[in-house]
Amino acid sequence: MRNHFAKVMVDLAKQDDRVVLLSGDIGNRLFDNLKDVAPDRVINCGIAEQNMMSVAAGMGMNGLLPVVYTITPFTTYRCLEQIRVGACYHESPVIIVGTGSGMSYTSLGPTHHSMEDMAVLRTLPGMQVIAPADSVELELALKSAMQSGKPTYIRIGKKGEPILHETIPQFSIGKSINLKQGTDVAMLATGVVVSEAIKAAEELESRGISVSVDSFHTIKPLDVERLENIFSSFKTVAVVEEHGKIGGLYGAISEWALESKVNQKNSTLPRVLSFGGKDTFLHAVGTQAFARKYFGFDSQSIIQKICEELA
Amino acid sequence: MKDKMANKQDKISIEELEKIAAEIRGNIIEYSGKTKTPHLGSCLSCTDMLVALYFSELRISSDEPHDPDRDRFILSKGHAAPALFQVLAKKEFFPAEKLWNSDHENGGMFGEHPPAPADLPGIEAATGSLGHGMPMGLGFAMAGRLKKQNYRVFAILGDGECNEGSIWEAALLAAGQKVSSLVAFIDYNKWQATDRSQQVMALDPLVEKWKSFGWDAFEIDGNDMHSIIKTLSELDYSNGKPKAIVAHTIKGKGVDFMQDDNNWHYRTPNVDEVAEAKRQLGLTS
Repeated sequence: MRNHFAKVMVDLAKQDDRVVLLSGDIGNRLFDNLKDVAPDRVINCGIAEQNMMSVAAGMGMNGLLPVVYTITPFTTYRCLEQIRVGACYHESPVIIVGTGSGMSYTSLGPTHHSMEDMAVLRTLPGMQVIAPADSVELELALKSAMQSGKPTYIRIGKKGEPILHETIPQFSIGKSINLKQGTDVAMLATGVVVSEAIKAAEELESRGISVSVDSFHTIKPLDVERLENIFSSFKTVAVVEEHGKIGGLYGAISEWALESKVNQKNSTLPRVLSFGGKDTFLHAVGTQAFARKYFGFDSQSIIQKICEELA
Repeated sequence: MKDKMANKQDKISIEELEKIAAEIRGNIIEYSGKTKTPHLGSCLSCTDMLVALYFSELRISSDEPHDPDRDRFILSKGHAAPALFQVLAKKEFFPAEKLWNSDHENGGMFGEHPPAPADLPGIEAATGSLGHGMPMGLGFAMAGRLKKQNYRVFAILGDGECNEGSIWEAALLAAGQKVSSLVAFIDYNKWQATDRSQQVMALDPLVEKWKSFGWDAFEIDGNDMHSIIKTLSELDYSNGKPKAIVAHTIKGKGVDFMQDDNNWHYRTPNVDEVAEAKRQLGLTS
């Protein structure tokens, strides 16, 4: 996957002189072809990820399309505040690529694992989060992210992952791709572990269980249309991700389900109301009371919503 | 390179700059008293550098705040935003009335730190979390070089801000990448929020630190307009080195009961203190 990433970067850099790669002293020889094409636009920023992320944000604010690349924990957790302030608050079109995501680098130990990255990045206002299933989706995701002009996090594997798409699929950020149809169970999988989901589905099929498989490559924004469709036509849904249960695809779907399914007016399940922040920064000054009202978790907003609910 | 860049600033004398600095100081203090905005000491220590940059050095125009070729300024020590707001108002990036009337209240844009650039003309970066501004400025400078633009990037850092590792990460990369167009003032007022900066983290010898990191480093009196203007005029933008100007300053400069008293990092003045401060600055209230 990372080799294909390097190859796609060469094409993108050739087509568009705004494309810049910033790496954190990683990818020995991986970017040799890119350096031939665009020697000025391959910048090894050293083992200093916080600065690298701020530099990328600054470049994005001045007409470039920076792509930041290093191993996932170092391009996410290490510089989280730089992503939050530099890329997201400034709405700078920074593309963050984390390589060796999930348990790809199992042998390197937990310092190099990333089972929380999607959860963490997903909370940042304006951030898009994509986990492509294979190199085909990676290429499409990278190009779409660049076109979107929005800060985007793309988590990829290492090398040798199977190609799951024989033909080029329709790809848009926030729209899942159905890989296999079925009727008994709907499998929603994301990232390189989609290959395991397909394997499982085929095995289940031979045991007489019909399984549909979707590549939910985008964790944020979530494909709610597809979720609506699946939740209304399947009795069993399985979520598969190489990521912790908290805050990843399962977390995102849980939030959606609470909001959209449990919280139906006619549901026999309890309605669960949420009072908390929105996916936005506060672009105004004011008091804490003002901010609580803005986000809708001041006492008056709580009272109002509950009264509306009980009315 | 320097000669090719058209200068959008009219010539201005040192005396006029000093007069503007006194007026800005008076406004900062009055505004702090009116709105209870803190960080007064931090604003007053860097006022002279802000005035020198905005009224003499920067190639900017409030008519074209997004001109791609404009010089960029980042207040890396974002808590001195009240000083920057006063300077930007005087440069007519927005009407001063907005600042004085209601925009520091609920729903406005004038808080204790610079807002996002999209929210207020003249702001280049939303700072406040220390150690972000200068590294972003390095990104600005590297983007300008890649795009073959001649703009320069200036930043004012706090001495306390130099505690942040990201500042030194940026210092290393700027030198490694031979970025000539980045100029960092260090507002060396010897105080951070709760203690003497030298006692918290051993900053000295600060000029030698920047030199050893591969920067052109200068040491000046940062409250002396002559020194600031002279140093700015001597910078070489083609020598492959970023520039650090270690500016010795006094926190709370200009008002005897605020000078070098770190209580004014958080305190705001009452009506009598505002009047006395303005009297000392030679301003009639």
